[in-house]
Amino acid sequence: MSNFEQNGPGFPVTESIRVDKVSPRARLSHALRAIVVIIVAIIMLVPIFVMGLTAFKSRSDVVAIPPKIIFEPTLEGFVFLLTNRSQLRGEALEEAKANIDNVGIFERIAITNGQSITGPSDFIKRLGNSVIIAFGATAASVVLGLLAAYAFSRFDIPGKDDLMFFILSGRMLPAVVVTIPIFLMYRQLGLYDTHLGMIIVYTVFNLSLTVWLLKGFIDEIPVEYEEAALVDGYSRFQAFTKIVLPQAATGIAATTVFSLIFVWNEYAFALMLTSETARTAPPAIATMLGRGGIEWSAIAAGTLAFLIPVLIVIFALRRHLLRGVTFGAIRQ
Amino acid sequence: MATIELKKVEKRFGDFQAVKPLDLTIHDGEFVVLLGPSGCGKTTTLRMISGLESVSTGNILIAGRDVTWRHPSDRDIAFVFQLYALYPHMSVEKNITFPLEAEKASPQLIQDRLNHVIDLLQIKHLLPLKPGSLSGGDKQRVALGRALVRQPAAFLMDEPLGALDADFREKMRGEIKKVHIAEKATTVYVTHDQIEAMAMGDRIVVMSAAEVQQIGTPDEVYHDPSNLFVARFIGSPGMNLLPGRYADGAIHLPPDLHYKVAADHQPAVTGVIGRDGDIVLGFRPEAARIHEDGALAGEVYASDLHGAYRVLHVSVGDEVVHIRSERQVGHKIGSSVRFDIDPTMARLFDPRSGRSIRREVSQA
Repeated sequence: MSNFEQNGPGFPVTESIRVDKVSPRARLSHALRAIVVIIVAIIMLVPIFVMGLTAFKSRSDVVAIPPKIIFEPTLEGFVFLLTNRSQLRGEALEEAKANIDNVGIFERIAITNGQSITGPSDFIKRLGNSVIIAFGATAASVVLGLLAAYAFSRFDIPGKDDLMFFILSGRMLPAVVVTIPIFLMYRQLGLYDTHLGMIIVYTVFNLSLTVWLLKGFIDEIPVEYEEAALVDGYSRFQAFTKIVLPQAATGIAATTVFSLIFVWNEYAFALMLTSETARTAPPAIATMLGRGGIEWSAIAAGTLAFLIPVLIVIFALRRHLLRGVTFGAIRQ
Repeated sequence: MATIELKKVEKRFGDFQAVKPLDLTIHDGEFVVLLGPSGCGKTTTLRMISGLESVSTGNILIAGRDVTWRHPSDRDIAFVFQLYALYPHMSVEKNITFPLEAEKASPQLIQDRLNHVIDLLQIKHLLPLKPGSLSGGDKQRVALGRALVRQPAAFLMDEPLGALDADFREKMRGEIKKVHIAEKATTVYVTHDQIEAMAMGDRIVVMSAAEVQQIGTPDEVYHDPSNLFVARFIGSPGMNLLPGRYADGAIHLPPDLHYKVAADHQPAVTGVIGRDGDIVLGFRPEAARIHEDGALAGEVYASDLHGAYRVLHVSVGDEVVHIRSERQVGHKIGSSVRFDIDPTMARLFDPRSGRSIRREVSQA
């Protein structure tokens, strides 16, 4: 029929990442892999899903066996989380019940449980502390880490390798080991239970991570860009801010998220080095377990609220993150 | 535009001597090419002029001002990199005006200079694009634009065409030369491509092993190389070099050939070699004439047709020489040929020092 030789795979091509051909069997294995990934993802998400459900369950639904998937949602957990209440008895309870239509939704839930709200709980304050300390420490360790990483990447520093290893060693001891010496030092320095103290300890602990990560990213940026800026009339620092920073944006975003997640979730230092003014959310949520009966819905509500700020940051930086975690894979 | 003077400029990295003490004056508006094989110190020299590399000893003057220890931004120079180094996060327009913003130039001035540059390089259509979407040639045009826009005292170019395709390289060569002439720009241009150097340079500085081998016009460097390295390195193929023995006004070459040295060349040879000694006879492929009664002879080893002419590879003793011959005349491989050398184009070298033995020019 045709007078030229026919090349090619000799069967239909349905999907290909190269010009190489993908057989139906390969498609099947693609599908299988996708199914496995979906199953793993579901397994990973179950605890979060359960937590989300629990936060909106009533006291009786929380402990129901088998666990209820369909139930009447209530804000009980959030009321328990965010308020301090006192038990109402006798006449006072009767009076409150009579007045129930004239009060807000939180008060109404409290009264249904035979309680009245005496004031806000300190959970918001704990969350606020977490935000201040996490963002403060992350900003400090990323800024300092950037400057150090730039110097390590670009200048001839005597003993560079030893110094880099020394910086890494800051992370080798687990937090639990160093909390007691730090506790003793902080008590003397007046840094115990202060925001500044917590920001310092997290910054120091995180610097090893940020310096190493950012050095990798900055190493990837060709030095010619800065040299071009230098001969174009800019100082070294201007070249750093105008050329290096924009190009390291991806790496900075990835480093910021790693650093933030670590500080946000940190428990051991926070438990040992704070008591009241600077106490963060993780130890606060954990201590809820200990107060009388365990309010599972309040704990779930607290954990849910605790997730939100980090989710916002990751969502805001997601575009950079995807490129950041694959860095080195694609040279621009 | 300005004169650049290098005075005993030297660069050492620890014990390694990257550039041996170097004296060079690049005149106002001159196009000087630093040419040499890779690792010869030419790029280091350029980077020292730019200030991106510090000098170990010596001084650098630009327009009479000692800038040896000045910051690169304070030297009033522009640098064109081999891999363009266009800022990837800025548009072409931003890239070009970036140096002017460092000077806090007025918007009017920036616009005027930008217009001038885009007219000169024909890159108006590229302005809104990001460098990532440009072809190699367009990137290099933009990089040139960024260098031109500041109207600096000197342009330094580090193999700017090295990353381009061959035919495009030729086109950009013309464009750079045109820009150089239009702007009367003092230019120092680094390349390892001797054809590029010959085509573009007003003067060529041939470097090898951290040392300057010869400084001269393309003509001088090609026709009158100062030593064996330059003779071999310049030209494609390089100069033919036949080692032999000089005695009684003639060079005796194996197997049994005799080349008579021109009478006016003999005093210089005896001055260097003595009456009897080793010598190297050098000649360009186009200096040889195939001739039945030629003094030299060999066997055809290969014959390449280059379109307009033919290059014969002829084995003479243990050496193979290249001879340019007419394209119409074929030579069978293995056949023997005889040839002569145009006496004005024969060059002689002292094999011990590698230096050229030049004719003594009688002072009038």
